[in-house]
Amino acid sequence: MSRLLTRSTENRRAERDYENLLVVDDVRLAFGGVTAIDGVSFHVDDGELYAIIGPNGAGKTSIFNCLNQVYHPDEGDIRWKGKTVLGLKPNQTAELGMARTFQNIALFPHMNVVENILTGRHIRMDQTWWQGALWLGKGRRDEFENREVVEDIIDFLEIERWRKQPVGMLPYGIQKRVELGRALAMDPDLLLLDEPVAGMNLEETEDMARFILDIRDELGIAIILVEHDMGLVMDIADRVMVVDFGRKISEGVPEVVQNDPEVIKAYLGET
Amino acid sequence: MRGRPLLVTNYADDQAMLKSTTQTVMAGLFLLFLVCIPLFAPGAIGGGESRIPGPTFLAGADWLKLLSELGIFAMAALGLNILSGLAGQVSLGHAFFMGLGAYTAAVLGSGPGALWGVGLPIWVWLPMAGLIPAAVGIVISPTAVRVRGLYLAIVTLGLVFIGEYVWRNLDFITGGSQSGRNFPALQVRLWREEEALLDLEASGTWLGFLNLSGEGKFYLFILALTVLFVIVAKNIQRSRVGRAFQAIRDRDVAAEIMGVDEFRYKTLAFAISSFYAGVAGALLAVEVGRTIPEQWDLLLSVEIIAIVLIGGAGSISGVLMGSAFVVLLPRLVQDFGNLLQQSAASGGVLATIFDPILSTGPGDFGVVNLSPGVAPGLGILQLNTLIYGLLIIAFLIFEPLGLYGVWVRIRNYWKGWPFTY
Repeated sequence: MSRLLTRSTENRRAERDYENLLVVDDVRLAFGGVTAIDGVSFHVDDGELYAIIGPNGAGKTSIFNCLNQVYHPDEGDIRWKGKTVLGLKPNQTAELGMARTFQNIALFPHMNVVENILTGRHIRMDQTWWQGALWLGKGRRDEFENREVVEDIIDFLEIERWRKQPVGMLPYGIQKRVELGRALAMDPDLLLLDEPVAGMNLEETEDMARFILDIRDELGIAIILVEHDMGLVMDIADRVMVVDFGRKISEGVPEVVQNDPEVIKAYLGET
Repeated sequence: MRGRPLLVTNYADDQAMLKSTTQTVMAGLFLLFLVCIPLFAPGAIGGGESRIPGPTFLAGADWLKLLSELGIFAMAALGLNILSGLAGQVSLGHAFFMGLGAYTAAVLGSGPGALWGVGLPIWVWLPMAGLIPAAVGIVISPTAVRVRGLYLAIVTLGLVFIGEYVWRNLDFITGGSQSGRNFPALQVRLWREEEALLDLEASGTWLGFLNLSGEGKFYLFILALTVLFVIVAKNIQRSRVGRAFQAIRDRDVAAEIMGVDEFRYKTLAFAISSFYAGVAGALLAVEVGRTIPEQWDLLLSVEIIAIVLIGGAGSISGVLMGSAFVVLLPRLVQDFGNLLQQSAASGGVLATIFDPILSTGPGDFGVVNLSPGVAPGLGILQLNTLIYGLLIIAFLIFEPLGLYGVWVRIRNYWKGWPFTY
């Protein structure tokens, strides 16, 4: 078993020297005249499963893109373990410990499952390009060590039988799982899941929910979940934030949010 | 060969370059055959007429030169394959980097004379012929990594034209368009001493019993270097850096979010590809002997791209097949033309079979003209160009994976035989 898969929320909390893992403070983002995010604030703690819901176009994916610094917020601050992430490049946010899956699957279609997950190990691998090019000593050893971690992840997600298949040919549900594996391979502290069960049938959804809970409970990785499947969100989330038109309209434990009149209004319209 | 070739019990076997015994044996035998080619010549071993049995014509000077050229083009194409096939950055500028490598070799390797030359030994000028283009590639890449696709193609196209202009005007290095310049000989020296330790261009005896022609030695040197470059390219492809390249090619935003520094890796791809191009350019110039600046033009870039496309972008065995195809095809068409000509002259069977498309004299309308200047139709040279162009179009339409794709189909057919899957 690799070190990656034997950590827990408890020892993550014991190590930490910051107050909140992630703090988003009054972030605003506009594209020309269109306001995508209009002053959203929230925070996420270690080992927490935090869900963001809202109607289409509410700004959920834009929030993710701000966290990853794909978009740069016009105002506000995003702090990771107490330090701002503003001004970093997307690949630097990955090195901090943020991993992500995408709403529309963004696997590397010409690689097989193992290679995709190994690409997720990129930031954790310890070889220079010329060590890899020589394939001797350190470079070779590094490849095999990381391959072992990949096998653990494949085992964890139960995708052994698709290991050597090009991902483009896999069923949709399996592709989503491989993408989750690729994000896990980054050994993150926070996992951003953008609609992990979109377009899945009930059985696949239940499998995915089980994996998400296992990731939080066994690996202690904090998760931010963007999802339209209300059943899933209300069942597994610790806290839920509802956004509409780029603004936060409600936040709290699932039971509270479910009964918030603002939320009902946003989803069902005025009564 | 037998047993369960897909069963592996450790990661070393699973990630191996040659995955099965069959592959290893076949590759080994093929390499042995390639090494033995110069020994097919009569009198190659010891004295007298003793030789290794094999097709003698391959050991002839012209074929050895052709095979050396094949290796050199394969090296250049391997470089482009890393940039375009792996990292997905289309580049038309390969000829520029080849030219840069050639002139670096010329300046560093040639002795002082009418043109600028420093006269350093091969272990300086050959690596530098790769390193200088790599450095220039790094300097240029900030402009190139900002654009992608068609725009990148145009930017790199500009590089070829700038290069040609510069070469033409730096006549104290290149000799200008009129005369060109000579390139250093492939001789191994410790430093600048008179007598070369190893002369790879003059015929002589190796190990006391191998009689090799200059072309044979040159060929063996190129073969060794090509094998080395293939291994490095394959390692790049299967290690961390190769996966980063492919990630950028497939999904650049996802790659960045996985922690791949796009700028850094695109620059690295440019540098590695320019290194391959530079070394190949230097060797090509050495092989040709005397070249003018116009040698390093767009056509050369297109030829390298054709190799990668015909072979199958992103696959190393494809690139090797593509090089063989592009370098040997003109020769084969030419030989076939000569055969037809002989056959037509003597009324042979071949000429009868191909009579409808042959044109042997005035009034005989065929596509292929065997008596230039007299009969209508295309000459052998024009036919060559035509076939070349048609093949590129055919590959792009029918088999985007190139020769590699054809090979995979054949292999899968025989793997499943006698079943259809």
